[in-house]
Order: sequence, then C-alpha cells, then structure tokens
Amino acid sequence: MKDKPVIELRDVWKIYDMGEVRVEALRGINLNVHKGEFVAIQGPSGSGKSTAMNMVGCLDVPSKGHILLDGHDIARLSESQLAQVRGKKIGFIFQKFNLINTLSAQENVMLPLTFLDVPEEKRKQISYKLMETVNLGDRTDHKPNELSGGQQQRVAIARALAVDPEILLADEPTGNLDSKSGETVMHFLEDLHRKGKTIVMVTHDDNLAKFADRIEVLKDGQIVKSLKCYHKDGKNYCEEK
Amino acid sequence: MIKDYFKLAWENITHRKLRSMLTIIGIVIGIAAVVALVSLGQGVKKVVTDEFQKLGTDKIFVYPAAGFTGSSGGNPITQDDIDEIERVNGVDEVIGVGFASARVEFHRQLYVNIVIGYPTGEGQKLADESYNLKYIAGRPLKDGDKYKAIIGYELTRKTFDKPVGLGDKLIVNGQAFDVVGVIDKMGDPDMDNGIVIPLDTYKDLYNTEEYNYLLVRVDKAENPTVVADDIKRGLRDSRDVDGGEEDFVVQTADQLLESFSVILDALSAIVIGIAAISLFVGGVGIMNTMYTAVLQRTNEIGVMKAIGARNDQILKIFLIESGMIGLIGGIIGILIGIGLSKIIEYIGRVVLDTILLKAYFPWYLILGSLAFAFIIGMISGLLPARQASKQSPVESLRYE
Repeated sequence: MKDKPVIELRDVWKIYDMGEVRVEALRGINLNVHKGEFVAIQGPSGSGKSTAMNMVGCLDVPSKGHILLDGHDIARLSESQLAQVRGKKIGFIFQKFNLINTLSAQENVMLPLTFLDVPEEKRKQISYKLMETVNLGDRTDHKPNELSGGQQQRVAIARALAVDPEILLADEPTGNLDSKSGETVMHFLEDLHRKGKTIVMVTHDDNLAKFADRIEVLKDGQIVKSLKCYHKDGKNYCEEK
Repeated sequence: MIKDYFKLAWENITHRKLRSMLTIIGIVIGIAAVVALVSLGQGVKKVVTDEFQKLGTDKIFVYPAAGFTGSSGGNPITQDDIDEIERVNGVDEVIGVGFASARVEFHRQLYVNIVIGYPTGEGQKLADESYNLKYIAGRPLKDGDKYKAIIGYELTRKTFDKPVGLGDKLIVNGQAFDVVGVIDKMGDPDMDNGIVIPLDTYKDLYNTEEYNYLLVRVDKAENPTVVADDIKRGLRDSRDVDGGEEDFVVQTADQLLESFSVILDALSAIVIGIAAISLFVGGVGIMNTMYTAVLQRTNEIGVMKAIGARNDQILKIFLIESGMIGLIGGIIGILIGIGLSKIIEYIGRVVLDTILLKAYFPWYLILGSLAFAFIIGMISGLLPARQASKQSPVESLRYE
C-alpha cells in the first residue's frame, strides 16, 4: 500500500443545470493521485476531462462528492481560499500557454510568487533559476510574443514550477505546438517526473498519454478504463490493470 | 506588493497607448481647467490680500450704499459725515477722497481720464499710507499746491502721442495744471492713467462737497470692528436713518477683504463646478475603458486566478490601473493648467496691463488635484474591477 494520495476524488459529480437542460459533465468519478505519480486523464472531447482537470486543479468545486487535497476537503472552501490553495499547491500548464502578454518572460514566472507576497529579491532569484532550468536564461526580458510557441510553453512550465507546487497540472501541453517543440516539452515533463514531481496531464492523444505511469480513460463523465504503463528501451507500453 | 500592481498597471496602460491617451484626455481637460482657474483665482486673492495688508488693518472705509462710484442719487458723503466720525471715540483721523472723470487735453489731443482729489497738508499722511504711491520722477503734492498734478506711469508715454513729462501742462476740464511728479506703474489702470490733484482744487474744479469715500484710521489701542460699529451708530443718528436701512456702508479693511473673498470664492466655486463636469465625463470615459479592458482580459483574469490570484488581488490590479489612468491624466492636466495660467498671466500683464492676474500655485492645489484625479480614476474603475474580481476562473479561462 502506497502512502496517502496527494489528491483524491471521491464520487465526484459535476452537474450543470441550465434551465431546461441538465448536463452531467462528471458522473461519480473516483481517482487517487499519489505523490510522485504521473497520471494521464485521456478521453475524447466532451468526455468531461476538462471538467475533471478543473476539479483536480481546484478551479471548480463539485456539485456532489468530495475532493481531498492532502487529506483536506476543498469542496467547501470559499473562492479566495481555493485561490490560495491553487497558488501554493498547484502549477498549471495550459494548452495555449496563457502567458500575460504585457509582462516579460521572467515577470510571468514571478507572477505566482507575487500573489503569494514573496519579497522581490527572492522572486527574482527563483524565477531566474527556473528560466535557466527550461533553457531560457537568455530570454528573461523577452515578451511572450517575441518567443516561439515551444519557448512560451517552457516559460509556462517555469511559471508552474515557481511556487514549487505539489502537483503539476498540464492541459494538452503540446496541443498548440509542432512535434519537435512538443517533444521538448514532454521531455521536460518526464524529467520533472523523474525528479519526483506529481504530474496530472489531460490529453486526447494516445502517444502523449503513454508518457504517464497510469492512464485513466474518461468517457461520458465516467472513468471507463485504467491502464498501467511501463517504459522500456525508450518505448512506452500500457496495459489494462 | 502594491509596487508590483503599479508596475502591472503601467505595463497595461502603455501596452494600449492610443486607447489610454484617449481615455486620459477627459481627465486632463478637467484637471487643467481646475488648476488654471483656481491658481488664477488664488493669485487674484493673494494680490488683493497683499494690497490690503499694505493698507493696514487699522483702517475703516465709509462710502455711500450705492458704492464707491455711485454718488449720484442717494445721500452723498460730505464734510458733515467727517465731522460726525471725528467725534467717535477711538477715531484717530478721517480723510475724504474724491475722484471723477475729466476731459484732459495735451497738445490739442483730448482724452477722458480719472482725476483724483488727494488730500494735501492735513490728512496727507493718512492718504500716503493707504495709496502708497511710489514716485519715479518729481515730487509728491504738498500743502499749498493749487494747480499742480502728479500723473500715472502710462499717461507719460501711452495715452497721448507726445510723451508727457515734468513741467508739461495738462488742461483738465479747461484748467491748466503743471505736472510735478510721476508715479510708478501700479497695475491699476485707473491709477496708471490717472491724474492726481490737490483735494481742495478738485472740489473747486467740480464744485462739489461730496466724497466718494472716507478713510478712517483707528487709534492704535482700539479694536477697528468696535470703532466701525460706533461710527455706524453715529452716522445713523446724524443722517437720521434706521438700522438696516443705512444709505452708507462702514467696513473695516478686514471686512472689506472678507466680502471680496466671498465674491471671489463664489466665482471660483462656479468655475470649478463647470470644470467638474469635464472631470465627470472623464470618469465615465475611464469606466468605459476599464469595462472594455476587463472584457478583453477575461482570459488573463482566469489565468491569474488559476495561478493563485485572490479576488481582492484582481480587484486591486484593476483599481490601481484605473487610478493610474486618472493620475497620469492629473499630472498632464496640472502641467497644462500651469502653462495655461502662465499664458493668461502674461496676457494680463502685457495686453490687459494688469498685475491682478497673477497665477499662484499653492501646494494643496497641486497635491489635491493629483489625489483627486487618482480617486476619480479609482471610483470609475470600481465597478469594472469588481466585475473582474468576481469572474469564475473556469469561465474566464474558457473565454477566447
């Protein structure tokens, strides 16, 4: 038996009640993510994987069920409390990078620390080190629109790592990249995983999902399949548990 | 961390230069108008106050209820009133001053000027104290002068084609006067173009016993306000009028200054009110821009929330941004306002020939305008910022 999960979804439902129509985006999801795990949530569009990611990322609260982060139920937290949980424990990597265009690359990396009121000197120090980690130490003053897509995504990875979060959440991290840049980004994620980061990735792509230790396949708001993956000779193999 | 929010706001404002500039214009106009109008108003007030201070607070003025120049109709001020006032306790000295327009001739050129009857001999010292004339040529009038005159600075060079100098003869209402002195420029057009003649000669020339106003000096130890009340009572009796229906006015220098200030403040309030309309419109402009900004940056708001921004932090970011738009408008507005009032001051001095229009910039006007501009910006941004802070992170992130 492994240690307690970092994040645990217990019978999570998300229901959107739009007058006449009632959409059940998630229908009783159960999911545990343990420390150091790399979990992929896979499924076609409309399967509820984005909603699931919002739940794991504390961006949204469930209509029913519980979400335990480090054993604490976040379903009952206020919006500002959720923001603080996100700020301290979760690092987001989005499909469209979502950098702030008016800020330089390094300032983007500093932003999560700014919201945590970290002193400026320390922020600069941490952000510069992370810029170097993603091999962009010479691009700190560039604005996002002066960087290529792959570089932007690496800045976004540095930003996600700024607060040294417990979980990295990646939503189609290579969706807007060419295959070479996508590969680089995936190697960074793999590397982070090797160094012990917990990663949850949402994707519709089979090949991408295989990078994970475990794939949870989502369909119509339910987990329909769980695959276990292993890596051998530079190739990834997955099989049903 | 407020510093970071200011930096963020600055980046956003400069990122959209054109829109920011257009938004700022409303505030610039309002603040420029306020600064220019208030600085000139304060300047006029300061000049007048300084003049009154030179005059001294121990003076009391008595003039007909119709005003300084309104001696026609009503009950004029005459020697009887001087005699009555001299009997009042605490009065040191009383003089009467008269002035009227006159036809002035020089080398066959005719001009209409103000002639001032100025006490000579007895009472001259008090007149000197209040008029505070500075001579740049010749001498003051003295006891025994009859058809002698001293003239204003402008009269020597501008009024007539030929310059007027010491020893020249001016014909005033048909009577020739020798110019014995020239007064330095005072900034008051009546004085700068005026002709000052001995009071007795003035009375003969106009065949009048009436004064435009009386000037009273109070004994050093007495309270001018109390003496002024006593004078009022005395004049009521001698002129046989009831309280509240006086046909004359008794005012201490302080009271005169006070009534002047009230008028000036009222005028200032009106013009500031007009300028406030511009500020209000400017504020609405900021609100509009901020609503647009919130909408355009919906996705950005979602991102900031996802990476840990609390609602109050988002609120601060947008509030500071709108406040800064106001503040920048304020800074530009103040600079333009200062320039504007300096131009008006220059026009006043060179074209209108008055020193009364003198711009004065007290620190509270500058700081107050800046703070006010910032606050207008913040208030205008309040509703848009609240909207931004309350957006759901999930919805905002989905927004394209």
